[in-house]
Amino acid sequence: MHHNYKMRIRNLDLHFGSKHVLKNVSLDIPPNKIVALIGPSGCGKSTLLRCLNRMHDLNPDARIKGEILLDGHNILHGNTNPVGVRRKVGMVFQKPNPFPKSVFDNVAYGLEINGLNDRHKMAARVEESLRGSYLWDEVSDDLHRSALDLSGGQQQRLCIARAIAVAPEVVLMDEPCSALDPISTARIEALMLELKKDFTIVIVTHNMQQAQRVADYTAFMYLGELIEFGETRQVFESPREDLTREYVKGHFG
Amino acid sequence: MNRHFIQTLGHASMVACAAAVVAFLGLILFELVGQGSTVLSWEFLSAFPRKGMTEGGIFPAVFGTTLVTLVSTLFAAPLGIACAIYLQEYAADNFFTRLVRASIRNLAGVPSIVYGLFGLALFVQGMGLGASVLTSGLTLALLTLPSVITTTEEALRNVPRLTREGALALGATKWETIYTVVLPSAVPGILTGVILALSRAAGETAPILFTGVAFYTRYLPGSPFDEFMALPYHLYILSTQHHAIAEVRPLAYGTALVLLLLVLLLNMMAFVVRARYRRSA
Repeated sequence: MHHNYKMRIRNLDLHFGSKHVLKNVSLDIPPNKIVALIGPSGCGKSTLLRCLNRMHDLNPDARIKGEILLDGHNILHGNTNPVGVRRKVGMVFQKPNPFPKSVFDNVAYGLEINGLNDRHKMAARVEESLRGSYLWDEVSDDLHRSALDLSGGQQQRLCIARAIAVAPEVVLMDEPCSALDPISTARIEALMLELKKDFTIVIVTHNMQQAQRVADYTAFMYLGELIEFGETRQVFESPREDLTREYVKGHFG
Repeated sequence: MNRHFIQTLGHASMVACAAAVVAFLGLILFELVGQGSTVLSWEFLSAFPRKGMTEGGIFPAVFGTTLVTLVSTLFAAPLGIACAIYLQEYAADNFFTRLVRASIRNLAGVPSIVYGLFGLALFVQGMGLGASVLTSGLTLALLTLPSVITTTEEALRNVPRLTREGALALGATKWETIYTVVLPSAVPGILTGVILALSRAAGETAPILFTGVAFYTRYLPGSPFDEFMALPYHLYILSTQHHAIAEVRPLAYGTALVLLLLVLLLNMMAFVVRARYRRSA
């Protein structure tokens, strides 16, 4: 039934220089679900996430072995263009990182570099994306104000709008709420549940309540290894591994 | 001596050092403004020198300095910015790039008279461009290139990694990321560096000495291949080479003041540019 998976990570090893950061990780990500990666700091969950859109290409010290299949195609293959991968696999970062441009231009950015020139289509897509990230009502009165004038929560929703505007298939989120207050966090979580109708979402989170609230599946990582992966309820309520049990009970991490 | 006294002493001596620096600047300004402002007038700025430079204004020198500074920027800015982009964004950290960086630093330490002689050898004689606005502009461009490169590199380095990753994650290529996100964010820093380089070029004498500046010209330069007058050189002549040095002393002060004001204006521009961009970013 492997054709049912959106992404498959197969025997992934990653070294930064001489440091072995990911150790033989295999993980299958089903479509239109939310998969949470949890684990203590330094366990490799963010590193794993950044493999999924080839962000490590920027780091000359990173060496990756193994396979990551996106709809059956190995995105780690030398002939695969990372730019093409990133157009299909979007990313939302730990800290909101809007460009120092207007709200409109932030969302339009990805559309422009993908060659959309029609102004009417552009405006429609920008509105659609901002509605999709539940930001429209707060910014529609002035789309040309600087994105940097928005609050942190609004900025993060703008970054989500920016990511979904280019119609990716997978959205990666690297602790998207870690810099936000509880109300903004609640809004982003509600948004994620809405977005999974259209996208497959992989989220790294430090917050175990958040994983339980939003994730269909949860992967627990420890020291670069995938310790346990399963349905969220099972991982939290009846973990198979002792390490997982210790961690989800808050005994370490 | 108790600790409190040492602290007070340390504080006082640093204030004294700071005050001394400001005092020297104040002294220069006081002297220049005091002596120079008497001859400063619209005529002084807009007229040609008359009667063997004992009367009239310094317009050709103001014009020449402005022109040659702009020409030098025309060459130094694109070349320096492109070089900085290559070094900062593309070049791998290896022996070659370390050599390039070291060379740029050394270039910045070369005395300006050496640039003048180099310009003479390469542009005037080697390339046969003659002593001209173009040649002096090129020579000054060489002189300012290291600082343009260094400040641009610094400005590029200050663009957060997260901002770049934001663009890359949307499927931008490396060049698209640099061109549409990194460069616009770095503009204030780059502009500040370019303007400061400009103000340095405006005040240099040695590089233009053999490459195009003239003691006196009857006309403004009409083409890039003409000679020109310049403020720093004019000042040098009025204060040391003139046949009636005592007589033209006020004019020399006036010229010095104008040169200072020009450089000050450029520095102010750099300051304003930086402040404006900082507010909007």
